[in-house]
Amino acid sequence: MQSFRSRGARAIAGVAFGLVAFACGPAERGPAESATGARDPQALPAIDPQQLPVVEAQLGTPPHAAPPVGRDHPAKVVVKIEVKELVAEIADGVQYTFWTFGGTVPGPMIRVRRGDLVELHLMNHPDNAMPHNIDLHAVTGPGGGAASTFTAPGHQSQFSFRALNEGVYIYHCATAPVPMHVANGMYGLIVVEPESGLPAADREYYVVQGDFYTRGGYREPGLQPFDMDKQILEQPTYVLFNGRNGALVGDHALTAKVGERVRLFVGNGGPNLVSSFHVIGEIFDEVRHEGAREITHDVQTTLVPAGGAAIVDFRVEVPGTFVLVDHSLIRAFNKGALGMLKVDGPEDLQIYSGKEVDEAYLAEYSATALEAKRAAATAAAGGETLEARLAQGRATFQGTCSTCHQAEGQGLASVFPPLAKSDYLMADKQRAIHVVLAGLSGPVTVNGQPYNNVMPSWAHLTDHEIANVLSYVRSSFGNQGEPVTDEEVAAVRASLPKPAQGGHP
Amino acid sequence: MSGSAGVRARLAVWFGVAMLAVGAGPAEAPPPGMQRVPGGAYTPFYPVKGEQPTQVAPFYLDMLPVTNAQMLEFVRDEPAWRRSQVSPLLADAAYLSHWAGDLELGADAPPDAPATFVSWFAADAWCRHAGKRLPTEAEWELAASPPVEDEAARAETERRILAFYARPRGTLPRVGSTPPNAYGVRDLHGVIWEWVEDFNASFAASDARSDRDRELENICGGGALGAADTRRYATFMRIAFRSSLQASYALHHLGFRCARDLP
Repeated sequence: MQSFRSRGARAIAGVAFGLVAFACGPAERGPAESATGARDPQALPAIDPQQLPVVEAQLGTPPHAAPPVGRDHPAKVVVKIEVKELVAEIADGVQYTFWTFGGTVPGPMIRVRRGDLVELHLMNHPDNAMPHNIDLHAVTGPGGGAASTFTAPGHQSQFSFRALNEGVYIYHCATAPVPMHVANGMYGLIVVEPESGLPAADREYYVVQGDFYTRGGYREPGLQPFDMDKQILEQPTYVLFNGRNGALVGDHALTAKVGERVRLFVGNGGPNLVSSFHVIGEIFDEVRHEGAREITHDVQTTLVPAGGAAIVDFRVEVPGTFVLVDHSLIRAFNKGALGMLKVDGPEDLQIYSGKEVDEAYLAEYSATALEAKRAAATAAAGGETLEARLAQGRATFQGTCSTCHQAEGQGLASVFPPLAKSDYLMADKQRAIHVVLAGLSGPVTVNGQPYNNVMPSWAHLTDHEIANVLSYVRSSFGNQGEPVTDEEVAAVRASLPKPAQGGHP
Repeated sequence: MSGSAGVRARLAVWFGVAMLAVGAGPAEAPPPGMQRVPGGAYTPFYPVKGEQPTQVAPFYLDMLPVTNAQMLEFVRDEPAWRRSQVSPLLADAAYLSHWAGDLELGADAPPDAPATFVSWFAADAWCRHAGKRLPTEAEWELAASPPVEDEAARAETERRILAFYARPRGTLPRVGSTPPNAYGVRDLHGVIWEWVEDFNASFAASDARSDRDRELENICGGGALGAADTRRYATFMRIAFRSSLQASYALHHLGFRCARDLP
């Protein structure tokens, strides 16, 4: 019996020994008295654990944050978390074996007040295959609680810590192999509010990014095992908010109303990637990096390190869908790091007008610019042949006329009259020029068929372009007519009434 | 069925004694239900600097984990190990909790499924009762990892083990449901965790960044763990699992098999 006992003692010592090394809690806050003897304003009052009121923690289920503490005095807060290993969908039709705190990824959000005594219970479900523990970055002490909560399946552990530092902290499993436990979803956030609480917000959401490594590729269906090789290469198959592709999309999108102050508690479980957290179309009015007291204003993208977190606040001024991304964009585009915040309410067109202009932009491909280019080319060539003019006319035809009159000038029966072997076109050169310059609307008869449609004016084309395109159509598609000259076009244009000047002098 | 298992266990004792009596050589066939596993050098997963690899002598190892039926036979013979009578110091409240009664297996404990919810003390007693002993961690690890020439095959084996460990386990299959390995031993991976004699000889380091612990420093800085070894996630998991145990624990997925010295 004695030998067994010593064996057990050795085991416990060994575990503590091993886990001590994973001390990733925050730096210890100094004593109440500084070196100069001045009172540290951050000093916490002494507490008597026996006298503290005992409260059961109200945990937040993602994507909903835990409610504000709303207390003006310290308490003993009892937190109970059950570890469950379970198969769930990581994407539509794709299953993965998650290891979870509380059955969700991330695990439940814990929220306490600075100075509280937290009594944490970790239950490892008997059906689980693995031992687990919890390292809370809000803990000041070796391993952040990892050694004290190292628990075999079918057992439970308990330890207590005092929340010395305010902030928003990641917690995670720290059992070897740690990166695998974390990659399987074992992380969450614990918020330590300042004694006075955080400023009120209208909406508080809980979003944690994580990277996942599956044997099959992105969205390859079926039960996908963890892929150690991909993890070692830090090449995740998925980068996700809240542990599932589309967890915050469509019907699961976060919601708010115009005018509300939205607060996101944003964590990054990692295990490996650092997040460039951004909300498309919003600017964070306030960012508390790691939940720190110092506030950064007017932030576009905030870095959330693996094993770190931030509180971002912003007022939503206009309605619409605002997309949460990791702005390392391949992760958003190809690996799932996308979420949505849908904001309802009235438009404010001064802040955001919506689309005011939607028209073609041709830049150097506009007819005028092309003409200038051609003229320059012609000048350089020392003259312009009929062949060159027809080629230019053909280009104009294909880019402008063929949309209605069709590629071979055949028109569209009963809609657009033909140019091919067209009696109307060929009968009167002056009329043809006039139609191009002034447009044509109302009934016409072409090759014996009636048409009643509208052709717009193409007066913005130059005389040269119109001459060329008419020369082209009058000598193509079975037509045989003489070319049209620039001068002929200019003469018809001169006969047209001048367009109104729109009020300008 | 359970009766014959018990008889087999006792027979095994007689075989061993008989072989000793005639001075059987190493070429002698192993006892029924066991396989001869060659020994070799075993380097602990967390070696201490300067420590030489452990030399493991050849040994016999059960081909299969001990079953519920065999466990039932044992507690019939040994009332002190019945669920209602066992000392809480030797087995916690979960001990044989999936059985229907003290001497009744019931639907949740098929006779040919591995015996689980068994404490280290109970497993140790079972093996002694059968004239055997629990394998050491070194023996178990050697038996579970026959040398493989092909690195790709070794990596694939590791991946399969890892996939198994990563899957939560539902109902346990009957013993012998996985193919035998190169030593003719089955179910070392893919069915249950197994007790070893010195289950807490290792410790699970979550990380190796300490500047306080001499031994961890050695592991981290002395090159005792090469890069290839930190990829052995499956081994990390076994070590972590064993480290989480105490000898009185009885767990859903934790069973055992026995070993014996060569004559």
